Amino acid sequence: MLLIECPYCGARDETEYQYGGEAHVPYPEDPSQLSDQEWAEYLFYRNNPKGLLAERWAHTAGCRRWFNVVRDTVTYEIKAVYRMGETAPQNGGAR
Amino acid sequence: MADQLPEHPDFLWHNPDPKSSYDVVIVGGGGHGLATAYYLAKNHGITNIAVLERGWLAGGNMARNTTIIRSNYLWDESAAMYEHSLKLWEQLPEELEYDFLFSQRGVMNLAHTLGDVRESMRRVYANQLNGIDAEWITPDQVKELCPIINIGDDIRYPVMGATYQPRAGIAKHDHVAWAFARKCDEMGVDIIQNCEVTGFLKDGDRVVGVETSRGRINAGKVGLCGAGHSSVLAELAGFRLPIQSHPLQALVSELHEPVHPTVVMSNHVHVYVSQAHKGELVMGAGVDAYTGYGQRGAFHVIEEQMAAAVELFPIFARAHVLRTWGGIVDVTLDASPIVSKTPVDQLYVNCGWGTGGFKGTPGAGYSFAHTIATDEAHPLNEAFSLERFETGVLIDEHGAAAVAH
Repeated sequence: MLLIECPYCGARDETEYQYGGEAHVPYPEDPSQLSDQEWAEYLFYRNNPKGLLAERWAHTAGCRRWFNVVRDTVTYEIKAVYRMGETAPQNGGAR
Repeated sequence: MADQLPEHPDFLWHNPDPKSSYDVVIVGGGGHGLATAYYLAKNHGITNIAVLERGWLAGGNMARNTTIIRSNYLWDESAAMYEHSLKLWEQLPEELEYDFLFSQRGVMNLAHTLGDVRESMRRVYANQLNGIDAEWITPDQVKELCPIINIGDDIRYPVMGATYQPRAGIAKHDHVAWAFARKCDEMGVDIIQNCEVTGFLKDGDRVVGVETSRGRINAGKVGLCGAGHSSVLAELAGFRLPIQSHPLQALVSELHEPVHPTVVMSNHVHVYVSQAHKGELVMGAGVDAYTGYGQRGAFHVIEEQMAAAVELFPIFARAHVLRTWGGIVDVTLDASPIVSKTPVDQLYVNCGWGTGGFKGTPGAGYSFAHTIATDEAHPLNEAFSLERFETGVLIDEHGAAAVAH
């Protein structure tokens, strides 16, 4: 069970949260201009690193707000937590 | 008493040092890698093969799965692949001359809601049209096949019926790997353990070998069978895969007298249970929500799974958990595998089997070997290409495959 620090509510059990996958995947600026390959990239391809990953979590059983987490996918250790709209810390592993 | 396990010799394969060059290098010495090498040798006459394993033979998901074998998938493409695989399972003990205790004790998938019932019946009809031995059974028939199950209507999710596949069952997973390994070795395949692939050698767009922890190995063709680590391998080779790696947990109880004669899976309350030949109750859960390479998951997932198991099987309340563990499963967005060519010439990938790779072992090996040997898809894996994520011709087995992923 992970102990996740919600930036709004503080540290809570993992069971209060919902996982949202990789963070910082921008919606295409002009979707109609994308090739099939680019559209597939946006829909189906996500980073799957063995190491640091910037990802989204939602505090569904608390404040219900989304935020970002940098987590080590091998040790599961949480390295950083930051709000939506903020940029990942330097060691963030974001692309 | 529980079944006696068969005796086997001390050494089933040699442990050669890697040669400098092979016709085919298979990366990953689990079930899929070994099956691929086996069918390359048997069906295509290619025996100058190395199977490279980072750790020890079949020590990844092949050692960690819950050994369930079935073919009752909804969509035609999946049904063809898994049914072909099941037919191979039926002949493999004789063909490999190794009794790995393939036990066709049947698998039932329980329905607990009206939605479940409708989807289950739809899947049964689809299976029957594809020649698969699926049937719909009532709660009384469920009870007859598996007397320890609670079919009362006073539980949160009562059993409203089930789909049943009599030819499905379980096998002794380690022995399956050893059976393939011994035959591969006999046919001249080099099985090389403690040999991690650290890079790929390319000549333009073509792969020509691999860098490993035991030196450079040249290869005419390379096949990836890296399961949970497929994304890591693909990145080393210079392309991406639409894969997310998740922890998936399972557990066993201590040994018990035989009480559970079949395999019971429940999508809705999410647990699947069989009793191993030795007597342990073997149970699996759903994946942990987050991605991870840690080969372990969270205890609350186990707790939920146990709660479901005890409600369905009240006698399990007195059993003890002996051991829990986790593997890393490679999940695609449509919950179907990728058995395909890649953007790199002569480099092929077999991955994305997610939570259901064990049952697919022979089918994956059979079709992947064809793809490697001929540079073309076999009809079985034509639909399971990487291109489907661009064309949109997905094989959406999420929820359709009789179990959640």
